[in-house]
Amino acid sequence: MRIVVAMRQLADLVEELEVNDEGTDIDREFVKFVSNEWDEAALEEALTLKDELGATVTVVALDEPDVDQTLYAALAKGADRVVKLTGNDPDTWVRSRERAQRLASFLAGESFDLLLTGVQAADDLDGQLAGILGSLLEVPHAAVVVGVEGSDSKVRVIQEMGGGLLGVSELDLPAVLGIQAAKQTPRYAPISRIRQAMQTGEISEHEVELSDASAQVKVRRLYPPESTGAGATMLKGSPKEVAAEIIEIIKSKGLV
Amino acid sequence: MSVDVLVIAEAVAGEVPDVTYELLGKGRELSDGFSGELALVLAGEPSPQNLFGAADVLYSMSGMEAGYCAPQWEMSLGEVIRSAHPKVVLVSTGTVGIDLAGALATQFDGVLASYVIDAVMEGGSLVVTSQLYGGKLLSEVEIDSFPAVLSVVPGSFASDVGRVVGEPRREVIDVGGSLSSAKGIAIELREPDSSGVDITAAPLLVSVGRGIGSKENVELVAELAEAMKAPLSASRPVIDQGWLPKPHQVGKSGKKVKPTVYLAFGISGAPEHLEGMRSADVIIACNTDAKAPIFEVAHYGTTLDLFDLVPELTDQVGG
Repeated sequence: MRIVVAMRQLADLVEELEVNDEGTDIDREFVKFVSNEWDEAALEEALTLKDELGATVTVVALDEPDVDQTLYAALAKGADRVVKLTGNDPDTWVRSRERAQRLASFLAGESFDLLLTGVQAADDLDGQLAGILGSLLEVPHAAVVVGVEGSDSKVRVIQEMGGGLLGVSELDLPAVLGIQAAKQTPRYAPISRIRQAMQTGEISEHEVELSDASAQVKVRRLYPPESTGAGATMLKGSPKEVAAEIIEIIKSKGLV
Repeated sequence: MSVDVLVIAEAVAGEVPDVTYELLGKGRELSDGFSGELALVLAGEPSPQNLFGAADVLYSMSGMEAGYCAPQWEMSLGEVIRSAHPKVVLVSTGTVGIDLAGALATQFDGVLASYVIDAVMEGGSLVVTSQLYGGKLLSEVEIDSFPAVLSVVPGSFASDVGRVVGEPRREVIDVGGSLSSAKGIAIELREPDSSGVDITAAPLLVSVGRGIGSKENVELVAELAEAMKAPLSASRPVIDQGWLPKPHQVGKSGKKVKPTVYLAFGISGAPEHLEGMRSADVIIACNTDAKAPIFEVAHYGTTLDLFDLVPELTDQVGG
């Protein structure tokens, strides 16, 4: 089985995000970029399938800040090949449609059975990658996937349908899947192994030129939500004092 | 009159979710703005008690298999869209929307806005507000070419307008014949796992989020939950990382809870989570980021580090 995992970099949500001077994007200059956590789940699912069934795993990502680190880490975790797609401006917001077009351009020259990617990313304003990519490639796709079982010509996928209900279906291969959660916690690659991958591994580069950029939604402004004014009463003091106050609140409701 | 707005009913297991009525209400407003009709598309036949009176037209996709298979839904909805030619398609950010909004927009060469919380007509354009970065930022987008697909966050619109009684015109689209060429089949729907912890009945919930950092650290909050004799619940990242099993999950894709007191540790308050717990009587949130969206819905908050606060709470409750 040949598996391609599409990964991407994303502003670290733990950080405070500022809006740029034009007010149309985040200020990318001082933000830390990390790999999208759902893509990490997609990578883990691919590596699990490799362990179970035998597969080659290729990881592909656009040129975005600190992407090399993500690609070397993928090698260290067990990916067979990592590819960086160049040709995009690494310091701008690449929308989902353009991302899908760039990946589709690369995939046109690849043969694969499964393409796995994260179910969503925190900035995918114009939609989630798996559906767009599946549609561009004209192959079946499914997202919010929490289980993947492969065979030679088909893949069985389990999707979360909300409220705990699971939908099970079988798709023809090749297929594109948006992974919500892997079978297990994404594996960890020790720094030493990542260093080793940086010395012995190689990131191959593949330039993508887009001839026809599709219509994009026009962002008029990006802004932090206004406080509704309701807001929380903030408890002040030491951990000991705040803990005592919280317990008082709970007790006042007849609990604890 | 032409159909200008089409609402996709995500009634996969037969039951119509609240969000469908929210979309019908908003759809009514938008279709009136276009001076066109509002349509709803449903897999299978509607129940005679519920004909979706807010809509002018009701499309039933007949011949669908039981269960859910994304390629079949994509193919069937594609046939309805080709027949109805809507300017705007409304779906939610649930599984059907995440699966198909992007694919349908691509297929019909339309634009798509996701995580939508508001949409209004301004002249001939649609001005759409979306939640990005887990609710930390909002974006305002102008759409002036159609078709447009909007994938809407549940709970964004009132549902009462969408629940009015009436009898829309009926159109049946038989998709049964073409489904055999879909590149997938539905196998089954599995009911939620009801074993293990029940977080929906407890008056007090101790909940943990991404801020806990690792599976090992979850134990710290588990000890507090035990001392308080309350179930331990969690937000989605904790479940997705495999740090706690699925029955512990609060949120859109987990369980909706309404305890008397909800204690949230290291939970930022992404829309997915807020949908599951915002109606708790008292919400107390602990997060080191003073701007975390959770503080918008919480009644009490603290920016203390949970690693300082939780052991203190456990001590005081135990003592």
